[in-house]
Amino acid sequence: MTRTTSDAIERRFGRFGGRYVPETLIPALDELTEAYAAAKADPAFHAELDRLLREYVGRPTPLYEARRLSAALGGRARIFLKREDLNHTGAHKINNAVGQALLALRLGKRRITAETGAGQHGVATATAAALLGLECDVFMGEEDMRRQELNVFRMELLGARVIPVASGTRTLKDATNEAIRDWVTHVRTTHYVIGSVVGPHPYPAMVRDFQSVIGREAREQVQAAAGRLPDALVACVGGGSNSMGLFHPFKDDAGVRMYGVEAAGEGLDTGRHAATLTAGRFGVLHGAASYLLQDEDGQVLPAHSISAGLDYPGVGPEHAYFKESGRATYLAVTDDEALWGLELLSRTEGIIPALESAHAIAALPRILDELPEGAIVVVCLSGRGDKDMPQVAARRRATLAEQGGGGR
Amino acid sequence: MSRFTDLFKRLEARGERALIAYLAVGDPDLPTFLAAARAALGSGADALELGVPYSDPLADGPAIQAAGQRALAAGFRLPWLFEALSALRAEFDAPLAVMTYVNPVLQAGARRFVERVRAAGGDALLVPDLPADEAGELSALCREAGLDFVPFVAPTSTRERMAAAAEVGSGFVYCVSVTGVTGARAQLPAELPAFLEEVRRRVPLPRAVGFGVARAEQARALKPHAEGVIVGSALVERVAEGGGAAAVAARVGTHTASLKAALRGDP
Repeated sequence: MTRTTSDAIERRFGRFGGRYVPETLIPALDELTEAYAAAKADPAFHAELDRLLREYVGRPTPLYEARRLSAALGGRARIFLKREDLNHTGAHKINNAVGQALLALRLGKRRITAETGAGQHGVATATAAALLGLECDVFMGEEDMRRQELNVFRMELLGARVIPVASGTRTLKDATNEAIRDWVTHVRTTHYVIGSVVGPHPYPAMVRDFQSVIGREAREQVQAAAGRLPDALVACVGGGSNSMGLFHPFKDDAGVRMYGVEAAGEGLDTGRHAATLTAGRFGVLHGAASYLLQDEDGQVLPAHSISAGLDYPGVGPEHAYFKESGRATYLAVTDDEALWGLELLSRTEGIIPALESAHAIAALPRILDELPEGAIVVVCLSGRGDKDMPQVAARRRATLAEQGGGGR
Repeated sequence: MSRFTDLFKRLEARGERALIAYLAVGDPDLPTFLAAARAALGSGADALELGVPYSDPLADGPAIQAAGQRALAAGFRLPWLFEALSALRAEFDAPLAVMTYVNPVLQAGARRFVERVRAAGGDALLVPDLPADEAGELSALCREAGLDFVPFVAPTSTRERMAAAAEVGSGFVYCVSVTGVTGARAQLPAELPAFLEEVRRRVPLPRAVGFGVARAEQARALKPHAEGVIVGSALVERVAEGGGAAAVAARVGTHTASLKAALRGDP
């Protein structure tokens, strides 16, 4: 009985996915797979999760038609924003964090851990831990702690411990390594809350399921608002959880195109980017076979993006599958383009997006060119930009100084 | 018969336990690594594990992470591994194993990687992030090429998982002593003998205990419970002290000798 249900959670997506982790963790992954399969089949679990998403997180999030943004981009398409930025804690990450924290309770584990890049997943996990009375440790690269000081403070205020990671590139990749090492060590008492659709089975499928609330809501909302399914979905892709959450409920709707937007950093030709699907190739990172940025010997290359949340050399295995099967299209926008997207949305709609989400906005001109007149487009606005203000301000000052202008 | 199988048979007959030394290839450069490897093999190590430096060694603690970083900073590329294997094979008849994360194997091409290890004189392959249920293909390639594929079992492994390890493995079984990453431990867990006894019942291969074993008294305490011990971090820490190839070799040699003394003859 449990066998049947746990087998229903995909272990592989084509040649991607799997469980490439030390043997020590395999029994914990088996246990997690069983527990998740049981939870998935349990109406009481869904009732509790739905209640928290509604009463605590603030779901459903609105689907907002961004008319002035559409007009600014030529007025040939109707652009809808799925407002994940309006969630409690300011991003989509909380959808998954609450789900996994509830699962930790079912597993009888009182300590949860997380890796974080931009800090949004760390904040979401610390929040869920406070909500459910769990102990929480968050691993964060030193470089990211510098870039996202405010989120470090928020996590600590929420009662979590933020553990600085000084190894490797001191960013999300190394925070993930350290979180896995911690999990190997404390596997009997700890549930590791992975923040994206990455990692060993069952995480990619499980995190996708928790984030699919985005796409399920959007699918109903867009039909109510526009009377039909959209022509295209657009979302940024780092590990790929907000995009997979939006895409997945539409995957069998053949007429709905999917665009994942990666970070081209300083430009694909500079080597300083995080465009894993665009410029990487097949390999194994953090327990799953997928695409990654690597050298000829298989050493993982450091990623670069102005957005800490996209600064990751891997990507979820199901995205790799969507790329190879042609179900989704992946493109990349640079740091500068993302900043342009951030300003555009701020000025046309009064919505300051996170730098991650700004990548999705910045890709719109290119995507709209491929769509018919009057196309309906749903963009996942995965998070709000407050956390990024110090960095954006510093960058603007630097640009103005370079141009020799004083600015206003 | 493989060199590892043969080694464990010979030692068994003498009431002796195997000492398997681990060093990271190219740490801190290729000549110093070779000097340390020769010192280990010349001072009582029965076999050597050559660690392939990797950017994301998620089963390793700080000592081996740092060793890999030093080697990568020195310019480690995969051909160094094959050079090192060939050089050591020319001088020693001891079993040589390659320990690598799975991604470098995939990028080289699994078949090609296995064949190159064999051609350079390697005897076994250990892949810490390739558990038994993902290892079928690589284990078959190893068998074809005449390499042992060494499986891992951990204190959390169920009986079924131990059986799965037995199915894909040969040469010996790597028994992870602790739930954790590599690195010297002050004390080994009290449950270790019970775990090793369970492995003996489930896996018909010689047991070598690794992760955490650093000192001679720990090696001696394990003598009744396993057929071998693997020491990595404690040796790598002696490499990290630096001072040139001769100084590194002297420290590695001294520590190897003290460990091996604890595994010889009567307890």
